[in-house]
Amino acid sequence: MIEPKTRATRARTLHLNVNGKRVAAKAEPRMLLSDFLRHELGLTGTHVGCEHGVCGCCTILYNGVPIRSCLMLAVQARGSRIVTVEGLANEDGSLHPIQQAFLDCHGLQCGFCTPGFLMATYAFLKEHSALRMTDEEIRVAIAGNLCRCTGYQGIVRAVRQAAQTMKK
Amino acid sequence: MTTKLLGEPIKRLEDPRLLKGQGQFVDDIHRPGMLHGAVLRSQHAHARIKRLDVSKARGLPGVQLVLTADDLGPAGGSLPLLIPHPALTQPRTQRALADDEVRYVGEAVAFVVARNRYIAEDALELIEIEYDPLPVVAALDAAIREDTPLAHADVPRNIAAHLVQTVGDPDAAFARAAYIVKDRIRMDRGAAHPMETRGIVAEWDDAAETLTCWISTQGPIPIKNGLAMLFHLPEHKVRVMAPDVGGGFGPKIMMFYPEEILAPMAAMRLNRPVKWIEDRIEHFISTNHEREQIHDIEIAFDKDGRILGVRDTFLHDTGAFSPYGIITPLITATQVPNNYKVPNYRVEFTVAYTNKVPVSPYRGAGRPHGVFAMERLLDKAAHEIGLDRAEIRRRNFVQPDEFPHDVGLIFQDGGPTTYDSGNYPEVQARALNMIGWDSFKKQQARAQGRYLGIGLANYVEGTGIGPYEGAQVRVDVRGHVFVSTAASTQGQGHYTTFAQIAASELGVPLEKVTVTTGDSTQFRWGSGTYASRALTVAGNAVGLAARAVREKAAQLAADLLEVSPEELEFENGVVSVKGAPGRSYSLAALAVASNPIRYAYGEVPKLPAEPLPRQGPALVPGKEPGLEAIRYYSPPHAAFASGCHAAIVEVDADTGMVKILKYAVVHDCGVMVNPLVVEGQVYGGVAQGVGGALYEKLDYDEEGQLRSGTYMDFLIPYATEVPHIETDHVETPSPLNPLGIKGAGEAGAIPTPAALVSAIEDALSPLGIHITQAPVKPDMLRELIAEKRAQAR
Ligand code: FES
Ligand code: FES
Repeated sequence: MIEPKTRATRARTLHLNVNGKRVAAKAEPRMLLSDFLRHELGLTGTHVGCEHGVCGCCTILYNGVPIRSCLMLAVQARGSRIVTVEGLANEDGSLHPIQQAFLDCHGLQCGFCTPGFLMATYAFLKEHSALRMTDEEIRVAIAGNLCRCTGYQGIVRAVRQAAQTMKK
Repeated sequence: MTTKLLGEPIKRLEDPRLLKGQGQFVDDIHRPGMLHGAVLRSQHAHARIKRLDVSKARGLPGVQLVLTADDLGPAGGSLPLLIPHPALTQPRTQRALADDEVRYVGEAVAFVVARNRYIAEDALELIEIEYDPLPVVAALDAAIREDTPLAHADVPRNIAAHLVQTVGDPDAAFARAAYIVKDRIRMDRGAAHPMETRGIVAEWDDAAETLTCWISTQGPIPIKNGLAMLFHLPEHKVRVMAPDVGGGFGPKIMMFYPEEILAPMAAMRLNRPVKWIEDRIEHFISTNHEREQIHDIEIAFDKDGRILGVRDTFLHDTGAFSPYGIITPLITATQVPNNYKVPNYRVEFTVAYTNKVPVSPYRGAGRPHGVFAMERLLDKAAHEIGLDRAEIRRRNFVQPDEFPHDVGLIFQDGGPTTYDSGNYPEVQARALNMIGWDSFKKQQARAQGRYLGIGLANYVEGTGIGPYEGAQVRVDVRGHVFVSTAASTQGQGHYTTFAQIAASELGVPLEKVTVTTGDSTQFRWGSGTYASRALTVAGNAVGLAARAVREKAAQLAADLLEVSPEELEFENGVVSVKGAPGRSYSLAALAVASNPIRYAYGEVPKLPAEPLPRQGPALVPGKEPGLEAIRYYSPPHAAFASGCHAAIVEVDADTGMVKILKYAVVHDCGVMVNPLVVEGQVYGGVAQGVGGALYEKLDYDEEGQLRSGTYMDFLIPYATEVPHIETDHVETPSPLNPLGIKGAGEAGAIPTPAALVSAIEDALSPLGIHITQAPVKPDMLRELIAEKRAQAR
């Protein structure tokens, strides 16, 4: 019989910084970070496509590094800085250059995988100048994310456009 | 000037929301007091349930309800057979929860509802269940043999259906043939795998006696109707919505999946909202599969390589049940003749039950199988007759002046298989040109020691089938246009393309149109988005409804301006007399004028006030208030799109890995409403086709256990596996519908395995390797190569 209130299942309060704001919310030790963001903080832009670390839909920035939030427990994220897709657009609601590029290049269809691609691209373009990249190299850069709709062609174009506009 | 809208690559109106993480997918919906469900699934492919004890699960704190078959009442009976067919003599559908026997790994056995999903899953572990394993039929090859175990004790030899269709006199054709080629062609089990799994939120309002469901489905209206019948509720007391749906590709048109009954039932019993979200591992074993067929096919040719006849006998695996009837094999049977003139044809298929996940259409829906069989044999025939692979196809095309072309078979919708229009020679010629067919041989010769190959495949696609769809178009008093239809979206861009159609008919800017799809309170009639039909069927309904609104507005403006409707033009939301732009009314003003009851706010309402005193009733008999109309479109039969894919590949003979060096698609889906959307559909389809050609195989062992049940084993292509795709379009309008359009949803996925395998075989021709199956995964290719090399030694 599983006891509901053992040490292992007692919820504890986590403090962390999400999209530039300090937040505090409760999580059981076994709660996944993806579930915590989605259901405790209401940030449903981070999607869950596989829950076993393959699809990349749940990609977020964790202390500046892209990670799969389905492979991490919420309690492990204590005190961290997290950026989700909700933190990407400008304060006035206008689109980030990466988001704009996905719109311009038809880089999404159903939009389910999109937040993961946006965060992966964001992390990638922060580290690299993709200006002189071949399509091949861009494809490698986004090869941690599955998309079942677009065939990736629009996404590759979007990454290239974003690299260009962000350089300016 | 209103800019041209139809045919333009308009950027999608739905994107900003989705890009900002503001989409509303089912799992994003939260309702106050919501509970969470989890499903106990069978771990056996075939077994009798000896004992099922859920008392401990019920006792777990946080658990609110545990349902087993015994608790379901009338809702526990067999689920509906969606599409009956006289040849389906032994239909079998599952129950929402298995009662005494389970027939595949993954079949639902119990449903737990708890405070959260974690507790619900804890409770699953507390359910005590004992099985008596029964003999299993897993492999399709053996399914209909006399000595094979039975998936259903009362279905002899596991045969669900058997059908023969004949055109002309195939046996006579074979008797006079100069060449006959034959092969056993196999396509393995695969699945759609939309990135969003299935899910439902169900809510019951006790006071209003209303059931509201958000479901990740391709067909919300049929589910609404079904739930109303099942729970004896008035239809208008059930509201079903497909919110943002993260991809469909076929399996989400299936209804009912058990959870679509279990969650509403739990919500009604507990008077609390209940959410169930399928996880990916569940998806592998609880959402329908497709693609498994074995063909024994032969083609007879005359001495010039012209097809005299085709005989095809194939076996189709429907899994443990046949909820979707025999649609998939029926389509395969009509697909085999493809773009070619086949004067004599005999097709015979047998549908077999196995202890595996049930089968229903997945993007392509039986077409990839038929195309693969036909195109593989044409390659083989070209080789044997000594013709170029492109030439043998050229000699057999239905010619542009031979439409309508009656294949002589009954199509999936019960109508004739009649190709409405097309230009197959032109399509293939362009594809060959794009890929560099004629110059390739030199390249191949120069690539010493490398295995380079080129291949091609043609296809037709019956699209835009009935029965019908409808749409409502209305203009509000601000001049804003609202479009609603039952044909919901899973990413195909309906909010943009339907808006383009309405906007161009009514002469309003695109921003002035809002489209709602898949909400049963917004539009009550229709069936859904599947079979590449949404734009063709619902799009034409939108066009007809917008046309009716335009006529209404024109009549109203004509009366007020004292001209005839023919003298008016619609532009930028204003209806004006041609050549006299000052004499005009805005659509907003006309919307106000269309209603005898005036609103006092602002200037607009005052403008078209009728002069007083008036004569007769304010609303003359036969007139309806409002600038709105509902229209339906029902196609006479399917409109046939077509295309040609060509590929250049390189095979690594040591690893079996295939690199796609070049990929060209020429596609004809009639008039394109939005080329951006059409190309997106093609790219996405090709990517799925690449998966089906090279990587994706649902591999069952003899005990009916799925061996490739995670994304570590079932490999969906990433960007690194999908090539850059070059596209070109031929536009042969369909004569069947007002807009001249044909569907484009499935095209990309249909000929991809055939084209890629054609190229792989060409690459490996120095080794004499002949490939008759898809997918050819790297390990399979490596084995084939090793075998041939060993023989050569
Ligand atoms: S949901 Fe996290 S990688 Fe798929
Ligand atoms: S847009 Fe649908 S999965 Fe990528």
